[in-house]
Amino acid sequence: MAVYDNNKNRRRYKDNLIKASIFLSAFLTVAILVWILGYVVFHGIGEIDTAFLTTEPSGDEGGVWPMILTTLYMIILAIGISAPIGILSAIYLVEYAKPGRILRVIRFATESLAGIPSIIFGLFGMIFFVVYLKMGWCILSGAITLSIMVLPTIIRTTEEALKSVPMAYREGSLGLGATKLRTIWKCVLPSAIPGILTSVILSIGRVVGETAAVYLTAGMAPYIPKSAFESGRTLAVHLYLLAKEGISFEKAFATATVLIMIILVINILANMVGRQLNKINKV
Amino acid sequence: MITIDRKKHRKRELTEKIIEKIFLVAASISVISVLIITLFIFAKGAPAIGIVGVKEFLLGQDWEPMADIFGILPMILASFYATVGAILIGVPVGILTAVFLAEIAPIWLQRIVRPAVELLAGIPSVIYGFFGLLVIVPIIDEQFGGGGNSLLAAIFILGVMILPTIVTISETAIKAVPREYKEGSLALGTSHIETIFKVILPAAKSGVLAAVILGIGRAIGETMAVILVIGNTVQIPNSLLDRARTLTANIAIEMGYAFGLHQQVLFATGVVLFVFIMSLNLLLNHFTHKAGDK
Repeated sequence: MAVYDNNKNRRRYKDNLIKASIFLSAFLTVAILVWILGYVVFHGIGEIDTAFLTTEPSGDEGGVWPMILTTLYMIILAIGISAPIGILSAIYLVEYAKPGRILRVIRFATESLAGIPSIIFGLFGMIFFVVYLKMGWCILSGAITLSIMVLPTIIRTTEEALKSVPMAYREGSLGLGATKLRTIWKCVLPSAIPGILTSVILSIGRVVGETAAVYLTAGMAPYIPKSAFESGRTLAVHLYLLAKEGISFEKAFATATVLIMIILVINILANMVGRQLNKINKV
Repeated sequence: MITIDRKKHRKRELTEKIIEKIFLVAASISVISVLIITLFIFAKGAPAIGIVGVKEFLLGQDWEPMADIFGILPMILASFYATVGAILIGVPVGILTAVFLAEIAPIWLQRIVRPAVELLAGIPSVIYGFFGLLVIVPIIDEQFGGGGNSLLAAIFILGVMILPTIVTISETAIKAVPREYKEGSLALGTSHIETIFKVILPAAKSGVLAAVILGIGRAIGETMAVILVIGNTVQIPNSLLDRARTLTANIAIEMGYAFGLHQQVLFATGVVLFVFIMSLNLLLNHFTHKAGDK
């Protein structure tokens, strides 16, 4: 009996120890996030004013207006290219493809794309778009490279959204005599819109934060780009250069804070849209 | 009347067929991209390995581009150590956090931790690097000396960066374990914690392994965050406090001014990285398919 009690106590002790480390891990995960965001925003928020947001940089002075514009162009172009391709791919994978070799090959390619590090995308974009296609270091080279990079995100999230549309919708529409295409267009896609939006929002986050691939394909000219065929510097690349060269830590903090604000907004948006999706599917 | 309808019908069928083909073309763009990326990286990098010599390239300890000496062993080892270190930090914390989210946390705590993990995943790598440079590097310098730019700083930052990947995928895997397993185990008189570690986690093994493999991929491929904290000196690191340079950092730092053979060798560095990542992908494919079959 005493042995049993002893065993039981030891077991309870062990359980509590493990439970404590589980709580500690979860706490650490949240704490490190708070630490990073808190540190950067605390030092950066005071440096941000309208002048910082609306002027061009010169040495360690000036603002980030050209970088904001370049980042914006990059988002519009990259998402503009990859969203249609990604959504059409997902429709094919979910609605048309039959299990078999084609599906496996496409799936493997998408997974591989998702695993390729951004620096490899950068190398590829540089050798293919910049050099081989003679596009030079420009926003368009960067945007196309990024569009390939975010393709897996868009395909996968859209696929999930399409799969979550109940089969009954399709059956109902087809039963009424609508063609397959009309069913997809009028029934499936509208129900999947929140999911598709989430995929686009997540991809925007990746485009905004990407450094390595952009730096090797779009260059780093710190001016307001006049067209997509000119080199430009995104906010993330700007922050990298400020930090790496130690040009100005005040400006670096401010730039990092702007980046964090954008990412925060993107995450909140994605969450709101995601909640909308859950609501729709519950009905 | 009937003929017109038939014509209309045929036309409609044709449109459907054409549009299906358009969908197929879109879906094959990923495949084409992977092929072209592989082709171009190899076409540009592989000849350089031939010129330098496989052995000299992979096992050479000196990197002197000016003298046309290109050995990347120090970079391979630095990437390896940094990744192993990041896994040692990120995997235990990540899996325990996933257990917390899936099994232990009340809903209100889940509502705090889950968005935090999502946000960690969304923070750009350059911000991690910036934070590492200004916070982690000075702390290491204060505690251990040596300047702080070190393998240890990179390991810490990478460990944090792979956390979201490990947490999200492990959590999904844990949640996919059938309820009956848990109920059966609890009914036999085990505690909740014992059930988690002896029944649920072993049942979620393939998913958790997939999470670890993806984490390895992220750690090994990370570039900008590492450059900012690791010091970038080409040397085989002998201690955690030594400066080092990873494969990715080598490419990003020197690509800006490299030309000729030097540039080709950087692509060859990319080839080494690429081969490694693709092997990881194959391994991952193996595990996820196994998980899917069950």
